[in-house]
Amino acid sequence: MIVIDQLSKIFKTNEHELKAVDDLSLSIEKGEIFGVIGYSGAGKSTFIRLINRLEEPTSGTVEIEGQNITGLARHDLRVKRQEIGMIFQHFNLLWSRTVEENIAFPLEIAGTSKANIKVRVQELIDLVGLTGKEKNYPSQLSGGQKQRVGIARALANKPKVLLCDEATSALDPETTDSILALLVDINEKLGLTIILITHEMHVIQKICHNVAVMEAGRIVEQGNVLEVFTHPKKPVTKKFVEQVMGKPNDELTDDLLIEHISDGHVLKLTFVKETANQAIISEVAKHYDVDINIIQGNIKQTQEGAYGSLYLQMTGDLSAVEQAMQFIRSTSVDVEVIAHG
Amino acid sequence: MANLFPNIDWMDLLLATGETLYMTLVALVGTLVLGTVLGLLIYLSAPGNLWENKIVYLITAGFVNIFRAIPFIILIFLILPLTVLLFGTFRGPTAALPALILGSAPFYGRLVEIALREVDHGVIEAAKAMGAKTSTIIFKVLLKESMPALVSGLTVTAIALIGYTAVAGSIGAGGLGDYAYFYGFTRRDMDIVYVCTLLIVFIVFIFQFIGDVITKKIDKR
Ligand SMILES: Nc1ncnc2c1ncn2[C@@H]1O[C@H](COP(=O)(O)OP(=O)(O)O)[C@@H](O)[C@H]1O
Ligand SMILES: [Mg+2]
Repeated sequence: MIVIDQLSKIFKTNEHELKAVDDLSLSIEKGEIFGVIGYSGAGKSTFIRLINRLEEPTSGTVEIEGQNITGLARHDLRVKRQEIGMIFQHFNLLWSRTVEENIAFPLEIAGTSKANIKVRVQELIDLVGLTGKEKNYPSQLSGGQKQRVGIARALANKPKVLLCDEATSALDPETTDSILALLVDINEKLGLTIILITHEMHVIQKICHNVAVMEAGRIVEQGNVLEVFTHPKKPVTKKFVEQVMGKPNDELTDDLLIEHISDGHVLKLTFVKETANQAIISEVAKHYDVDINIIQGNIKQTQEGAYGSLYLQMTGDLSAVEQAMQFIRSTSVDVEVIAHG
Repeated sequence: MANLFPNIDWMDLLLATGETLYMTLVALVGTLVLGTVLGLLIYLSAPGNLWENKIVYLITAGFVNIFRAIPFIILIFLILPLTVLLFGTFRGPTAALPALILGSAPFYGRLVEIALREVDHGVIEAAKAMGAKTSTIIFKVLLKESMPALVSGLTVTAIALIGYTAVAGSIGAGGLGDYAYFYGFTRRDMDIVYVCTLLIVFIVFIFQFIGDVITKKIDKR
């Protein structure tokens, strides 16, 4: 577990002081993927850099698995940092070293023997899917491959925590997804705690368990990702949710459209933590004597399953429609009749 | 050959070429060491860097700036007493070495500092995050990552040094400059001046060629 208590960082420039991180307290469970989202300048990078003390805190403490990081002397901090992996937006690879030499670097720092480095580097290259690229230089790799090297390098000394500073912000959407999938994979395989910061809500939606929303150095809202998505409280959080769900207004106009449908029932299915959603519609179509027409839907996958809503037009015998609705209710999906013609 | 260059003693010319190469190479090694140390000190002690230290920064940067400002011919006269103290004479290629090194090390030091400043700050940050010691950062990150710039800087410095050896020749350091001046120019035997010029240009080209090849080979960006 990581416990952050009343952490502050004040940058003093010539005349004024800037509170980049302001009295921030937080606890992060072992093995979870914890996201911090905020707009540029919110203090996210400063916050994550305080965790491994790339930035020295002005006040407050950071504790990782019972050990106080903020109290460590220089030498102990260096050793401790070997247990905290970090990846960066711009990868920060050494261009003068090959893929395998880059991954070997943290092992050299930790004083690992040559023979062990060789074995470990190959393990890591296979883990991140770069087999065959061992002798390439970073300049010969794509962005996604560079980040894979960054991840392998960060994992080399078997850290307990992985810090990700905008790790996918320089990548195209497809590559982003593959890197996110890799992060989930190592989180599950290695039980690694991942703290990632981003300004992109879909990153949070896809892989995080818990999320904190940061604004002007403070955390203004936090909680389970699904909870924050379904019930955002603060305006800034609502804006981030809109990034992936679209504006609620869009749905309103569609509601009007739905009311004009004259035939059959218009149903709204609400998914929360639904893990078998694909099957439901086909099950209904197969087993009940109804016709289904999908009007519109907005469903997102999160770590805990799908959530969102789906509007259906269902036509058929009244009793068949009733039965179909009953079946849907027997799953975790909620059904609501919006209109019937 | 003898008709084309009637006044040349080929043994003397060979000796002079050897002296030029000797002065250039030995001074280059001294310049490499002193310049790298100076460049590293300026870079590391600069504001916001690993060994941030105002006093060290002011002293090293001041030293470099002052010695770079002094014209080489004047520098030779200035440190003449030191040279005599060290070697008992100011004549000959070895006695020219202190002036050569002192003249080119600050120049190279500045090139080293510029090369180090070009190293991506994020990479240094990444090394720190891995728990690297400062010495590891210096040797495995800073110097390694800036190596192409360091080598091409050294090439430029070597060529400047060849020029300096010729200047030093005018006060009797030996080498091709010396030979061209005392045997060629002062006796109006211009064929000697021409041959020495050709040889110096040839040596410069060779240094440039070697430098370019090495730079190209190690640059993986
Ligand atoms: N080294 C620094 N010196 C002065 N101000 C800084 C420094 N680093 C960050 N800041 C300021 O702190 C604030 C937060 O920056 P940062 O943590 O990088 O935000 P984010 O990562 O959320 O975009 C910004 O206003 C930034 O200008
Ligand atoms: Mg940032």
